[in-house]
Amino acid sequence: MHIKETAPERHVLTVTVDNEAGILARIAGMFTARGYNIESLTVADVTEDHAISRITIVTNGPPHVIEQIIAQLDRLVPVHKVADLTDIGPHVQRELALVKVAGVGEHRIEALRLAEVYRASVVDATTESFIFELTGAPDKIQSFIDLMRQVGLVEVGRTGVVAIVRGKEAS
Amino acid sequence: MAEKSGADILVDTLVEQGVEVIFGYPGGAVLPIYDAIFEHPKIRHILVRHEQAATHAAEGYARATGKPGVVLVTSGPGATNAVTGITDAFMDSIPMVVITGQVPTPLIGSDAFQEADTVGITRHCCKHNYLVKDPAKLGAVMHEAFFIATHGRPGPVVVDIPKDVQVAKGNPSAEPVSSHKSYRPKTSARMEEVDAALDLIAKADAPIFYTGGGIINSGPEASASLRRIAEMTGAPVTSTLMGLGAFPATSPQWMGMLGMHGTYEANMAMNRADLVICLGARFDDRVTGRLDAFSPGSTKIHVDIDRSSINKTVAVHLPIVADVGDFLAALCARWEERALERRNLSEWWARIKGWRATECLAYPEHDELIMPQRAIENLFKATRGRNPIITTEVGQHQMWAAQHFHFDDPNKWLTSGGLGTMGYGLPAAIGAQIAFPDALVIDIAGEASIQMNIQELATATQYRLPVKIFILNNEYMGMVRQWQELTYESRYSSSYSDALPDFVKLGEAYGWTGIRIEKPDELDAGIDAMINTDGPVIVDCRVAKLANCFPMIPSGAAHTEMLLQADEVSGKMDDEAKALV
Ligand SMILES: Cc1ncc(C[n+]2csc(CCOP(=O)(O)OP(=O)(O)O)c2C)c(N)n1
Ligand SMILES: [Mg+2]
Repeated sequence: MHIKETAPERHVLTVTVDNEAGILARIAGMFTARGYNIESLTVADVTEDHAISRITIVTNGPPHVIEQIIAQLDRLVPVHKVADLTDIGPHVQRELALVKVAGVGEHRIEALRLAEVYRASVVDATTESFIFELTGAPDKIQSFIDLMRQVGLVEVGRTGVVAIVRGKEAS
Repeated sequence: MAEKSGADILVDTLVEQGVEVIFGYPGGAVLPIYDAIFEHPKIRHILVRHEQAATHAAEGYARATGKPGVVLVTSGPGATNAVTGITDAFMDSIPMVVITGQVPTPLIGSDAFQEADTVGITRHCCKHNYLVKDPAKLGAVMHEAFFIATHGRPGPVVVDIPKDVQVAKGNPSAEPVSSHKSYRPKTSARMEEVDAALDLIAKADAPIFYTGGGIINSGPEASASLRRIAEMTGAPVTSTLMGLGAFPATSPQWMGMLGMHGTYEANMAMNRADLVICLGARFDDRVTGRLDAFSPGSTKIHVDIDRSSINKTVAVHLPIVADVGDFLAALCARWEERALERRNLSEWWARIKGWRATECLAYPEHDELIMPQRAIENLFKATRGRNPIITTEVGQHQMWAAQHFHFDDPNKWLTSGGLGTMGYGLPAAIGAQIAFPDALVIDIAGEASIQMNIQELATATQYRLPVKIFILNNEYMGMVRQWQELTYESRYSSSYSDALPDFVKLGEAYGWTGIRIEKPDELDAGIDAMINTDGPVIVDCRVAKLANCFPMIPSGAAHTEMLLQADEVSGKMDDEAKALV
């Protein structure tokens, strides 16, 4: 016997929650407890009184699992609202990365040239290294990192995705 | 308002919530609360002998009364001992508020004596939990805890209170009542949904009501409405293990339980139905069998208060998020307003009659040995007039009780369905007996399960509770043995109940009356003696050791692949089947 799996879809969810102790463990733990995937998870409070946090979760799973994830999130007491941006339609996804590259000569020049193409800015430099700061959609960040691998990538820090629906309405 | 200690604020909120009984066990981290309830005029504390039993007793109390059960335990081991019962209540949607002591706030995180991360440990086995760090917030949190436990899909809520917060003073009215204003579950169905359901019901040729514990949770009105709509439509009614009693077993429309050990007719009717109306049930794997073969040709309506129960395992055509009682009341009202006609279902009933002719619950009788099914049947007959409350442990005896004991009213059948917790029955019986001191409360037990919370004999003795325990003693963990016969060619790995205590003497040691029944001709007299003895009685009923529970749908099989008798068992299964629970 072998374990079977079904083809996943990637979904970006935003979850509006009460900003209280343990909320992140509650959300993240629900994913592990029920065997759901988390590609990335970001959280920060977003209201004037700091009472409400917005969590952006990138997850993947077959459609019926995505539906369950939303329903399971929705039933947690501190959750106000769950929006599936992938379902709602056009939305902006952004992530920030700090990318450290070390090298001399050709590699150093190439790294700088590629950074320009990707509109990454240099936030730290030594004679042998750069730190680039880059924001963009996750796939753009990923391809920049892949390129940097070839010219001396040392270390990467990524924030994870935040996302918001296009147009004047709230999600 | 004057300042009060956290412990006093807590007790005030319990009184405001109408709590009359709490089940608990003291310890260092809850001493201030125990002092606050000392000789309390309104709140009665029931001292159990193990914290797990406190949670099951609270469940039994809740299930029998419809009111939330309340538990009070200390930090660390007190809280961890309570985890099984909290999880049990979560799985079976039982309203419960569990108060746990915690080490003082400055010590949290220091691995202090009897510190456990109660909120962390219980986070995913309760509906919601709190760590309260300010006595002024305690009142609000407690009120909210009761609200959450009893609204929407009921469940356990844990409130963890550090000892310093119990002692410190705060102004109880300083905080707003609820910090989770967004938690307002939808409870009533929209008119369009009710009408859409009625449209489907009115034109179905082979409809079936598949009902669950949600009807019981919703309250007696939901059961009453179910009876009305069943009468108006003339459709058959089946139920999950948790829903037994919502519909009277004496009704000709009653099909018996469905699922793994359900009746042949209920499972066949589910399989062949053209409309399944699922009310407060959740398409559990014990009910559906193999999913792709589950009721393949039917349109499905699913009414549940918990949106996450809908489309979880079975995709339905008409999902309705609502309290099933509200929905059923609306359904009955609209049926009358629209003056709908009952459809002619005689062909459907003729087919059902054919399936019933299988007599799937029949079992071989024996001259020398008491058949366990016979014991249950006779127990049922002997107690009929007394409308007993039945609790069970987990195993074959539980399934035989579900099959052969029949219920006409809700809140009379208390069993651990979702978690299947051995050791549930005795404490649950204690909880029910506390609520109804004059009722006949019987725990139908197995000799293995009863030993899991046997210490509670003392609790019943202390509070003079006339609980009865009826052990179907087959000297085996029968259900385990049955699966080993089905799957592992009868290699009885660790399923024999060796070194059993003498239950009669054991009972007597605790101040109970002990009765042993060994032969078929002693059965009725033994049962009568149990019922007619004042005070608690433990009955060691020796039954046929190798009897198995049929009918049975093996894990992963379709409803139509039901095993009706033991001779259909092959003793081997492939790996796919072995991997299923
Ligand atoms: C706490 C717990 N541990 C293990 C099990 C697995 N289990 C299910 S039924 C059963 C045997 C129960 O034996 P007994 O109480 O004698 O009941 P019988 O099946 O013989 O009627 C076991 C071990 C369980 N359900 N609960
Ligand atoms: Mg047994």
